[in-house]
This record gives sequence, C-alpha cells and structure tokens, in this order.
Amino acid sequence: MEACEFLEILDGAYGISGNEDEVRGEIRNLFENYCDSVSTDALGSVIGLKKGTDGSAPSVMIEAHMDELGLMVSSITDGGFLKFVTIGGFDPKVLPGTEVTVHGVEKLFGVIGAMPPHLVTDRSKASDIDDLCVDIGLSKAQAEEKVKVGDIISINTSYTRLCGDYAAARCIDDRGGLAAVLRVLDLLKDVKVKNDVYAVATVQEELGLRGARTSAALLQPDFAIAVDVTHGKSSGVSEDAFECGKGTVITMGPNLDRKLTKKMIEIAQNNNIDIQKEACAGNTGTDAWEIQVSGRGIRTALLSIPLRYMHANYEVCNLKDIESTAQLIAMLIVGLKGGEDLCF
Amino acid sequence: MLLKELTSLFAPSGFEDEVREFVKKHACADEIYTDRIGNLICRKKGRGKRIMVCAHMDEVGLMITGFTEDGFLKFDSLGGIETAVLLSKKVYIGEKRVPGIVCAKAVHLQSKDERSKPLEMKSMSIDIGAESREEAQKYVSLGDYAVFDGEYTPFGDKLVKSKALDDRVGCAVLLELMKNEYESDIYYVFTVQEEVGLRGAKVAAHEINPDIALVIEGTTCSDVYGSHEHNQVTNLGGGAVMTAMDRAAVSDRNYFEYIKRVAKDENIKLQIKRTTAGGTDAGSIQRSLNGIKTAVLAVPCRYIHSPVSVMNTEDFESVHRLADAALRNMERTDI
Repeated sequence: MEACEFLEILDGAYGISGNEDEVRGEIRNLFENYCDSVSTDALGSVIGLKKGTDGSAPSVMIEAHMDELGLMVSSITDGGFLKFVTIGGFDPKVLPGTEVTVHGVEKLFGVIGAMPPHLVTDRSKASDIDDLCVDIGLSKAQAEEKVKVGDIISINTSYTRLCGDYAAARCIDDRGGLAAVLRVLDLLKDVKVKNDVYAVATVQEELGLRGARTSAALLQPDFAIAVDVTHGKSSGVSEDAFECGKGTVITMGPNLDRKLTKKMIEIAQNNNIDIQKEACAGNTGTDAWEIQVSGRGIRTALLSIPLRYMHANYEVCNLKDIESTAQLIAMLIVGLKGGEDLCF
Repeated sequence: MLLKELTSLFAPSGFEDEVREFVKKHACADEIYTDRIGNLICRKKGRGKRIMVCAHMDEVGLMITGFTEDGFLKFDSLGGIETAVLLSKKVYIGEKRVPGIVCAKAVHLQSKDERSKPLEMKSMSIDIGAESREEAQKYVSLGDYAVFDGEYTPFGDKLVKSKALDDRVGCAVLLELMKNEYESDIYYVFTVQEEVGLRGAKVAAHEINPDIALVIEGTTCSDVYGSHEHNQVTNLGGGAVMTAMDRAAVSDRNYFEYIKRVAKDENIKLQIKRTTAGGTDAGSIQRSLNGIKTAVLAVPCRYIHSPVSVMNTEDFESVHRLADAALRNMERTDI
C-alpha cells in the first residue's frame, strides 16, 4: 500500500488528544497486517512488534503521534448552543464557518458560525474562542438529552488531492508521520530484518508528548526514530520553513543522536533520497524530546514532513515527502544490524 | 429534491449559468426567455394585474484576481462575504471545479499582533498545490470564480445547513409557485447579480414594468449566542419574514398590511424583520420607472453568506405557502 493510501484512511478517523478511540481502532487494524503482535499500553498508545531474526541485535522504535486537535463542550447555553474549550493549539481564526461533529449520546452534526457582522463591536480584533460556539440546531432541553459537558467535538473535513503530489487533509500532523511508519512496515513486509522493530502510534503528543514518555519507558528500545511535521513554505511564509516536495527534513541538534542522524544523512545521500536539513538548538517540540531521556536513554533521530497551515482545518503537504521519509527509515533499519558504529 | 439540487450548483454573481440552465429544465410557463443581462424570465399569462415574482440566482463567491510566482492564487469576493469565515476552508474553482484551500500563515508563525487581528482577504491566498505561476495557470485562469464547499445537510430539529440558501430558497419557491395557476399575469424572474448591487432586478423591472412585485429571499437571522433579542433581526422557526424597511426599500404600507392579513387568515407563521440593515432586489425594483409596489418575503438564515448557512425547513414552507396565498388573493385586493 502507498503512503497516501494510509494517510487517507487515518485522516478519515478522528482521534483527539486523550480521546483517540476511533483512530486507535484503525491503527490496530493496520498494524495487525504487518506485526507479529499488537498491543495497547495504559494511556492508549498502540505498539506493534515486528520481531527480528537476531535476538541480540539492538531494537529500534519508529513512532509518530496519533492524536489531533479538537474541542470539548464546556457548557450549554440557554439557546441550546455549545460553548467549548480547545484541546491543543488552535488558531481561533480558522473556526468560524467550520462544520463539526459533537460526540454526545450519538454523533451530532454542528456548525461554528460567524459572529453576525452587525454585532461585531470591535473590527480591529479577531474573534476569540469565547465568542464562538457550536450550533447543533437544538433547544437547550433537546441538547441536554444528547450532549453533556466534557463531550468531544471533532472538525469535519474530507481528504482532498490537489495538483501534482499535493494533498489537503485535517491532521497530516501527525497522521502523515503515521502513514510513513506504516509505509516502512509495508516496505519491510517480506524483508528479513535482524532487529526487533517497534512501530508505535503515541497518544497525547499535543498535550505535552505524554504517550511518547510512557511508551518509550515501557519499550526501552536502543534506537528510536520519531516522525513528525515541520513548517512548509507557502505564500508569505519563507522563513523558518522548508520546501514541500524537496524531501523529508532531518533535524540536527542536542535533542538528536549525532551519529544516528549522520548515518541517516549518509544513507539519503548515497541513495538519492531527497532530504532537507534543520538545525535546532533546543527542544524540537516533538516526541523525540521525551524519548531521548527515557529510562536509560535512547539514541533518537527525528524526521519531519514539511507541512503548510499546521493546526488549521486543512493542512497541506507533498505526498512525496512522506514516501521519502519511509524509504529512508526502511533503509536505515535494514542497514542497522549491530549498530556498533553508532555507539559512543 | 429541488432545493437540495439548487444549492449544489455553482453560480456566483456574474456566472449564474448553472442555475439558469437548471431552472429552464424545470420551469413550466407560457414564455421562457433570457434577457440581455442574463435574467431568466418565465411568464404565465393571465388577465389580471401584472405581477413580477423574483428570486436571485447568484450566490456569494470568490473571483481569482491574480497568481503569485510560487503558484498561489489571489482572490477577491463576489458579493459580501464575511472574511472571518474564509480561512482554512475548501473551495472549488471554475467549471472544472479545481479544489483549493483558502490559506494563511500557520498559527505558530504568527506574531502576537497578527494573532489578535482579523485577517484581510489580501493576506490570504488559495493553495491548489501548484508549484509555480505557470503550473497554476494550467488549471485555473484569471477571472475564474470559486465557490464554497458546503453540502446540503439536514440536522438538529428540522434544520438544514448548506451554502447558497440565499437565494436558492427563493429559486425553489418560484419553481413550486410556477406549477400553480393564478389569475394574474405573472412574470417569474430569476435575477442575476443581486449580491453585487441588486443589478439584474433593475433591468428586469424596467423591461417588465409590473404593477406589483414580490421578492423571495434569504435573510439574516442572528438568534445566536451572544446576541440580545433586539439584535437578533429574525428567529429560526419564527416563520416567513417580511421587511418593513431596509437600506434599499421601504415597503408599501397597503401591500404590507395585505400580506399580514393573508398570513393571519391562512394561519401562516409570520415575523417582521427587526433591523433596517441590508438590501434586496426590492430596492432596485421599487425605484424602477415610475415606481413599483414591492414586498419581500424571506426565509431566515443563520450565518448567511458563509459555507454553513442554516435555515428551518418549516420557515421555508411558510414562505412558500404565504407567497402562494398572496398570489391567489391578489385580484381581490386594491393595492
């Protein structure tokens, strides 16, 4: 299966930080096609193990986070509208005019409207989360039968192919990363690999890298490769961003193992795999930050897919970048063997 | 279902072809013709007063006004779109319906100042996945229109969400009324370019010179969170809306009272629009030639002019029934 096919399936399921049920089900199903065993840890991260042929070879964890941004019902107004809080870092400016699903007693369709123009008192200010609410078209009494405080609200979108190899989807952050992980498993399906490979879909990254912390503590692999996203260049965005379609971004810096990172760069250059390089002096803001210092320490590398409009309703990436991410990881795993060249 | 099909058509101001063709296919009239500006006129002859019943075919949309060197599209609005609803929405461009995303900087890259200010249209662009101006121009041309992705979706308690309820509700009502026989000489006019200045109606009124006009519209409904009763304008479920006065027209008092009487006699829910803002084709029609008595019946729509406008299906029925009742009794009044 192609990386884009995985992405389309994964983007079709919702899975908000702390409430990842629907996408977790999809991930388990997909992992089961490739892994010898699939389990779920206490927080809900999914772990698939592809057993290696050499029990003494170092183990490697490849991971991406399954959670996305969402909303949560905080109250029901007298008019039957739902006030909400945000789970994850939303730009409130993307919310007016958005279609949503409220996960109450049943799935309910709703819209986030715009403030009526004649009621906007200060046109110099963008709308705030407090000004917005979800309209499910019910009275207060009707709403209270179907919805309660704490219910999750997900954003409705549909996976869309754009020109060339570009695609628009709701949470390429980080279903794109998961698509890359699944594509690695797909590429290695009939390959005899010496090392145990743990494919991990972590939970609650958007709330503070929590699933990465607990799953890394459980597995304690020798090596880890985290796959996440980074900012892609777009109209008006050229600084602190990378070209879409020019390859996966390899990050260098104290958060990442220097030898492992260098090896990945070599493999890419020797095999004509497109890469871009990023220098990050501190916290990469990804699961790699937690994984590196888990337990006895884990040699960690980070690959990021360039992504436009991160955390908006529709994010855009070039699918070739997901494919090149997967190709690179697959080659690294096959070449890893004893990994002696990567130790201090 | 006529209204559902009508809302799925792409017809922003100046590009009303799809709706015009659809109406032609479904209309039943003695004469059907298109005038010089694109209004579609369907006449059902009668011996009584000359009445013009109209609805506008156009919806609000976008027009592609330029390309950036790296393949993004710049745009302007066709009609009054509240820019707050544009960001991160999917649009379809031109006859080929090329998909694009309305976009701006990711939130993490915005300065504190940028985060707190509303975005202007000129700071946004549309991403179709092209990597250069040349590539973009293979798929999209300067001047192409773009329309919201906004499928007709029933939800809640008898509500419907869709793009373009304003004014496909009017077009749907007209197509239903046209099936009936009335005594008057009725011109059902599907106008163009209402959203960019009530333009088609001006031409149609001049040509037809009716005695009386009835405009069927979608109108603002702000009975939402954060608005007090006096700011709500209309209420969903409150019935058909009549306007006493807006920015473009003041209703004729006798005509206004006639419709109120008809509503009362036939037990049709009616509400009066509680603001003087906005304008409809009535504004153009009333001031045409020597003046034409005009009334507006409207379906209240929350979030009008956005991809997620919402109406109550009972209000739609009320407007239909009231328009029918008004036409049935027209020869027995002396408006």
